[in-house]
Amino acid sequence: MESKIRPDYNHQLSLKELPYIIRWDPAKCTRCGKCTAVCPTKAIEPAVFKQRIVISEGPIPTPSPVFKVFSGIKQVTDVERWCTGCNMCNMVCPNDAIMPEYNPQNKFLIHKNRGGYPYRRGGRRNDPSISTLDRLKFTRISMLTDPALDAQRHEFYIRTYIGRILPAEKLPLKIRKEDETLLVDDTVFVPPVREIFPIMIGSMSMGALSPRMWEGLMMGVAYLNEVENIPVVMCSGEGGVPPRLLKSRFIKYMILQIASGYFGWDEILHAVPHMKEDPAGIEIKYGQGAKPGDGGLLMAQKVLPLIAKIRGVPTNVDLPSPPTHQTKYSIEEAVAKMITSMSMVFGFRVPVYPKISGTKTAKAVLNNLARNPFASALSIDGEDGGTGAAYNVSMDKMGHPIASNIRDCYLDLVASGKQNELPLIAAGGVGKTGNLAANAAALIMLGASAVSIGKYIMQAAAGCLGDEYNRCNVCNIGKCPKGITTQNPKLYKRLDPEKVAERVVDVFKSANMELKKIFAPMGRSTQLPIGMSDGLSADDKAIADRLKIDYAC
Amino acid sequence: MCRLAAIVSEDYFSPFENILALETMKEGHDGSGLGLILRDLGGEFHDLKDYPILSCITSNKGYEVLKEYMSSKGFEVKYRWEPKTKIEPWMEITPRDHYIVKAYEYPDYMKDKSQKEKEDFLLQTRLELRKLGEKDESITVFSFWPDTITLKEVGDPLEVGLFFGLDHNESLKAKIIFAQGRQNTNYAINLYACHPFFIQGFFTMTNGENTAFVPIKEFLMSRKFPGYIGYNSDSEVFAHILHYTRHILNYPLKYYKDVITPMYPHELDSCNREDIETLRLMVKSLRMLTIDGPNCVIGCDRDNTVFMVQDTKKLRPGVVGGVRGKIGLMSEVCGLTSAIPDRDTTKDVFPMKYDFVYVKPGAKEIKIWNQKLGQTTTISYH
Repeated sequence: MESKIRPDYNHQLSLKELPYIIRWDPAKCTRCGKCTAVCPTKAIEPAVFKQRIVISEGPIPTPSPVFKVFSGIKQVTDVERWCTGCNMCNMVCPNDAIMPEYNPQNKFLIHKNRGGYPYRRGGRRNDPSISTLDRLKFTRISMLTDPALDAQRHEFYIRTYIGRILPAEKLPLKIRKEDETLLVDDTVFVPPVREIFPIMIGSMSMGALSPRMWEGLMMGVAYLNEVENIPVVMCSGEGGVPPRLLKSRFIKYMILQIASGYFGWDEILHAVPHMKEDPAGIEIKYGQGAKPGDGGLLMAQKVLPLIAKIRGVPTNVDLPSPPTHQTKYSIEEAVAKMITSMSMVFGFRVPVYPKISGTKTAKAVLNNLARNPFASALSIDGEDGGTGAAYNVSMDKMGHPIASNIRDCYLDLVASGKQNELPLIAAGGVGKTGNLAANAAALIMLGASAVSIGKYIMQAAAGCLGDEYNRCNVCNIGKCPKGITTQNPKLYKRLDPEKVAERVVDVFKSANMELKKIFAPMGRSTQLPIGMSDGLSADDKAIADRLKIDYAC
Repeated sequence: MCRLAAIVSEDYFSPFENILALETMKEGHDGSGLGLILRDLGGEFHDLKDYPILSCITSNKGYEVLKEYMSSKGFEVKYRWEPKTKIEPWMEITPRDHYIVKAYEYPDYMKDKSQKEKEDFLLQTRLELRKLGEKDESITVFSFWPDTITLKEVGDPLEVGLFFGLDHNESLKAKIIFAQGRQNTNYAINLYACHPFFIQGFFTMTNGENTAFVPIKEFLMSRKFPGYIGYNSDSEVFAHILHYTRHILNYPLKYYKDVITPMYPHELDSCNREDIETLRLMVKSLRMLTIDGPNCVIGCDRDNTVFMVQDTKKLRPGVVGGVRGKIGLMSEVCGLTSAIPDRDTTKDVFPMKYDFVYVKPGAKEIKIWNQKLGQTTTISYH
């Protein structure tokens, strides 16, 4: 006769199905309970175990089994409470008694769709293979035919431009014959252009990030500009900025983003008459590399009063931005109007440019923008870009790698002679494995005028735990164990904004030096080597051919 | 490193003077080539100033092709000069079939055309000839312009000079002569890689290496100007930038300095010039033409102003000096001393970071335009 309580082995998971398996050492564990308290997904819980021990107490061996009960830690096998591998348990454990271990045989994605909801998460594309950017090397070294430069002592000029640059033929110049001097005819409009450091902090919204993280980034950026003379700019992401910042002089270091939800723009527009400085630029977000075709998403858990106020929405509601701007009809009309309107808001004194996700159609977008005299740049976000919240399938399977996308666009501009008119900003996977300056320099030599970083700065400045093995990646549910992507004060109090700022400064000072160490042996110092493709080689023939650079082995 | 010897004189002189200057500077070049451009011609070309002169090298086959092509275009030979070449056993020169310097009459249909139309026509003809002979290397054409002769050959400059018979030469003289020793060895040995480079009346020669070559080349080629082709040497871009600055943008000559070596914003902030706003715009629009040397450029404008300009990385500058009526612009002092030994060396000019040094025809004085101060200093010879 069958038992009435037949276990359902078909629908019960074992630890082997989960992406991370907790290794816990009962001998080291002091049962302090810190690990279970800190676990963001409650993947571990206190448990009671029964243990069989064989003992022998007499003068001669008389082994006999006894059963002992003890408390400990147990990993749950509920797929909704999976261990994310964040390693916070290990971080708080006084005895190193616990640690998650990656399980390459996991079947997590097969099971993580309960209730018909596909897996959603934050983070990046879970692909730990070597990226194209890391397969590029700098192979044109100045040797004997011309001297290499000294990165420490030589004068370098590592700056770039964001803004529509007029071709020399169209500059409003007139010659004063008497002394052969060229003077500017100031009755003619010249589009605004900003000179910035070529690595910028990409769009991460206040809402996606905790207030402390955002504050730390902004403090670091201000310090870099005002003390270190490294003009780094940061993009706000969609969701506005605090009114006090809008009205401060520091707004000049910020690119304001407007996206399809227009969140935060009510506050911004009201602040415009009171602004002391113009922002560095306006980014119109049409797409994002991590989740092409999706709009932004701030989940209800993160819409707490501060965010609700800045965005002008009620608290605790999901804030999905539409996948595209609702006013968008075509690039020739609606996008052009959007660019013109945003330019008009700031009196045509601020560069306005669109951001799109990496796509095969980027060249078509580019060609249209090249014909729009107010388009100030094009930012392309490749598939390795990060996000605070998206469907896993979008992150892992949608999008275009940045290297060939930026190269194609640059060569298109070269073909039309506009390579210096419309700057390209490359993003998505820059510094993915830590090679920030090398990846940035490679993209610049492929044709980018600047690069944007997001995940790198979160990891370097605040210790974000995410990686390409799906580690942590709970940015979407407001449970960031590091206090970076959460609006929960209990969590973000873990983060010291002063230390974030310090690390931001470290990152950019060190990237500045590393860029010099790359450019110096290549003999480049006076201008950013945009499009200097003869300096690059790939270690893969197919990549080299695709990017129209040399192959070196 | 290439060696450069330019001389500007009040009187006609022989290019052998430049070659001897190169010989003095021999320690610095590997003797793999000689390039000469003569401007403001004397000798046999003295009375032919208005006739375009074709300078090229051809094979026997190329000679016929060229003859036929020029005649089909309606050109008539006005005057022809060929060097009396002599090859000695010790010379490491492979003589070519024909070294051609021919002055032509414009075809009838071009005679009444505007100056600009004539200029474009000459360029177009040169480019077509180049194309005709490029594949089989049967025609190598250097210049086609009035009052200008170009001679080039691979080999030691002194040997090449002797080979061309320039040591006993009365027929080929000029008031401005540029000479460059050493073929471009960074790239393939090719006659088209040999300086000076010429385009529509402008020419330059350079030493050093231009590490920004590829972006500059791509920028120039994308201007879609027919003459911006070639680039067998990274130095060819300097001639084309001069042409672009002067002929396409119509900037005064001194702005060539601001195009290839612009000042940084912090330098502009403390600059005395009245045209700072112009410079701020120019540096952005012409960012792709900023050179990243070290390079020393010696050039000649259409109006025969000869100049020297360098970038900040050129730690050993070139030198400009001379006597009244004869001024040399050289890459080394020993070359200048060889060409003009009896000069007052205290008046020699070593162009620094902000300097644009130029000499007007007649060689009466040296002028130094300081890019930062916006002032000109004159070194006069009495």
